[in-house]
Amino acid sequence: MTKIDAKIPDGNLAEKWTKFKSSVPLVNPSNKRSLEIIVVGSGLAGASAAASLAELGYKVKVFCFQDSPRRAHSIAAQGGINAAKNYQNDGDSVYRLFYDTIKGGDYRAREANVHRLAEVSGSIIDQCVAQGVPFAREYGGLLSNRSFGGTQVQRTFYAAGQTGQQLLLGAYSALQRQVGMGNVELFTRHEMLDVVTIDGKARGIIARDSVSGALERHFGHAVLLCTGGYGNVFYLSTNAMGSNVTAAWKAHKKGAFFANPCYTQIHPTCIPVSGDHQSKLTLMSESLRNDGRIWVPKKENDTRKANEIPEEERDYYLERRYPAFGNLVPRDIASRAAKERCDAGFGVGSSKMAVYLDYAAAIIRYGKGEANKHNMHSPTDEEIQSMGKAVVKEKYGNLFDMYKQITGEDPYEVPMRIYPAVHYTMGGLWVDYNLMTTVPGLYALGEANFSDHGANRLGASALMQGLADGYFVIPYTIGAYLAAEIRTPSMSTDSEDFVKAEKAVQDRLETLMNIKGSKPVDYFHKRLGKIMWDECGMARSEKGLKASIKEIQALQKEFWSDVKIPGEINNLNPELEKAGRVADFLELGELMCIDALDRNESCGGHFRLEYQTEDGEALRDDDKYAYVAAWEYEKQSSFKLHKEELKYENIKIAQRSYK
Amino acid sequence: MEGNLNLTLKIWRQKNTQTAGKFETYQVSGISTDMSFLEMIDVLNNRLIEEGDDPVAFDHDCREGICGMCSMYINGRPHGPNRGVTTCQLHMRSFKDGETITVEPWRASAFPVIKDLVVNRSAFDRIIAAGGFISVNTGNAQDANNLPINKDNADDAFAAAACIGCGACVAACKNASAMLFTSAKISQLALLPQGQIEAATRAQAMVAQMDEEGFGACSNTGACEAECPKGISIENIARMNREYFSATFSSK
Repeated sequence: MTKIDAKIPDGNLAEKWTKFKSSVPLVNPSNKRSLEIIVVGSGLAGASAAASLAELGYKVKVFCFQDSPRRAHSIAAQGGINAAKNYQNDGDSVYRLFYDTIKGGDYRAREANVHRLAEVSGSIIDQCVAQGVPFAREYGGLLSNRSFGGTQVQRTFYAAGQTGQQLLLGAYSALQRQVGMGNVELFTRHEMLDVVTIDGKARGIIARDSVSGALERHFGHAVLLCTGGYGNVFYLSTNAMGSNVTAAWKAHKKGAFFANPCYTQIHPTCIPVSGDHQSKLTLMSESLRNDGRIWVPKKENDTRKANEIPEEERDYYLERRYPAFGNLVPRDIASRAAKERCDAGFGVGSSKMAVYLDYAAAIIRYGKGEANKHNMHSPTDEEIQSMGKAVVKEKYGNLFDMYKQITGEDPYEVPMRIYPAVHYTMGGLWVDYNLMTTVPGLYALGEANFSDHGANRLGASALMQGLADGYFVIPYTIGAYLAAEIRTPSMSTDSEDFVKAEKAVQDRLETLMNIKGSKPVDYFHKRLGKIMWDECGMARSEKGLKASIKEIQALQKEFWSDVKIPGEINNLNPELEKAGRVADFLELGELMCIDALDRNESCGGHFRLEYQTEDGEALRDDDKYAYVAAWEYEKQSSFKLHKEELKYENIKIAQRSYK
Repeated sequence: MEGNLNLTLKIWRQKNTQTAGKFETYQVSGISTDMSFLEMIDVLNNRLIEEGDDPVAFDHDCREGICGMCSMYINGRPHGPNRGVTTCQLHMRSFKDGETITVEPWRASAFPVIKDLVVNRSAFDRIIAAGGFISVNTGNAQDANNLPINKDNADDAFAAAACIGCGACVAACKNASAMLFTSAKISQLALLPQGQIEAATRAQAMVAQMDEEGFGACSNTGACEAECPKGISIENIARMNREYFSATFSSK
């Protein structure tokens, strides 16, 4: 049985990483040239890792399912990236970012990893600026900051509402530079369909060329999975259509433990569902909560238009319940509060499953500020409105445009309607301090791992973690493993292990094609999504979870006997790709419910109806559940629980309060 | 059925790069005006699957207008009739009941068709690999605020950097020129002090790669700017030309 050892370095928390870096084994430059590393996924974590490792001299191969590495879903991140720079002189520090992240994660993250994340956060901003990432700036030419949920300082760096795009393009350009120099070999439109292990170590992958349908074997001394999260298990989410769990799930079935799968983040501000045709949900950045105010009518089932409801009849429920953080409470709390109001009958819009995000007050505030700036002593209301709208447009213009495009309503004139949607998954492959999974030589970076966000991630921290892992963590920690691999020559992919792995992948693809059932893949995906959203979404219960596990098992059987996949196996076949992914989601969904059922407490994004305080807040049980649940795959529908105890030596564990 | 739009679709079908393609006509009904264009294609595809036909292959991923993957040429225009949106953000409220809609892939010899509406845009990756970067290895950077940058330049650099690499500019251009795409990256880096050191080699290398890929010369019609879903300005092409010529004149 695999032993779970987080390999956290000894010493004081603040010195662990420095000491580790000074003592980790190194690989000399000539040996690096003969060591091969496979990177799967080209988002922030994958692109930054691949570029940085190639710069160091390793031979790198990068795989992505999209047609270009620049399209990985990190591109869609909107609001910003945190860093403990304290440029605003408002009391930020490495410790405070560390503390906010642990608290925001509801005391379910690993202290040493989070502290390291906070330590390297500043270097990320430096690196990105040096690459030419055009962050927002003030008139003096220095970088601008804004606030995100769960913090009381301004530490978020941003590029309008397109921060993820700009950061990814920075990492992508660094990656393409290495491609141009011949240090990285790029495989686009390739999907990893299995990890190859030899004598217990990860030694390569089986990938399918989506265009020709051909299976390929690739060797690596180490394999890095930078393959993102699994939010699409819910069918509707803010993830891209292609985002999937397949790489991580294949690794899981080859021995990598899957940690805290039930920790999913439901983002409070998304555009509500408009009908059954809906294929995905669109996020409205958390940055909008800097200036927007969230409310519902005080009267139940109020059918008046938003603008007809007078101020005194509006319930700014976040400001009412959480005066210290107001509209900037963390995501899990804001989402539950929205659900609570809508379930109680105070929701708005035709579906009544929405709340208002209102910019009227911000427009007036900014308009008056502009008037002062321009020495206008008695501006008219129209002047205030138009100047205020101009400021809002500069800060959030692309988001407002997107809202208008999708809903057909103008958010400068009427409040936006928003509702929570699945956005991010804190759970993922279990990794130790070195980001290595329980399979030697197999690593997981970025959203694909579990380590830094506990049971709830703070806004603007995903970009930070992805780039921290890729630029500043893996280049050091991978030495601990590869230093012992310098005598391992490149292996032939004609070995029995590779051939067997490829054959298994081929058999599975043929099995899928040969089912020739009656229902398209989407039919099964939608049904799985509904089960997950209803019973493993914002509120979970023992009864619901037990029933869901049975339902999902039945759905798995139905899928494997009735799915209908058109087209050919040896040609571009998006339905075949989707089928493989949904088959994996069907197994993951089951494990998520098992994990949620095991955790008899509420924490962060995991809310069990049986465990709540009198005023509806999450009720943790630190005596019994201060552990990482790391699941080992045994066989179909059978998973074994391993526990990594979480030790809080530097932070006093307390009830999380934002009141 | 969720809505009441009934449409005729003429869609380009092509098995692979080697085979010739042709238009096929399909009827769809009950389309909701709240659907995106791609969701309308989803409806068609699920029907084709149930009827035992091969669904229409098309590129798409984020469906929120930022990844640059979707690429349909709709009624003779890249990303359809509306300005400033990608196909995934084009909604069916922009179409009328009974309309016939023609859907083609990007047409350019540098973007060969892979299947149906899917084309190969890897030429763009190679143009970036030729010089669309600042050569700074991880760990070399100074403190970010040690390099103040004039806000107007930073804003202009951001506006150029907003390019999503979808290729609509190439599809719109009668010469299939990639100058808007290439110039956006050259401009972004030319506007920033970090980008100055390599400015000359960058302009020359990226333009050379662009030519080698088989993209045509600028048509000077401005179609690229008009059809760009992100509003990338044609001024970038002028800046690229300045950068390129000054690099050529000063080269050793």
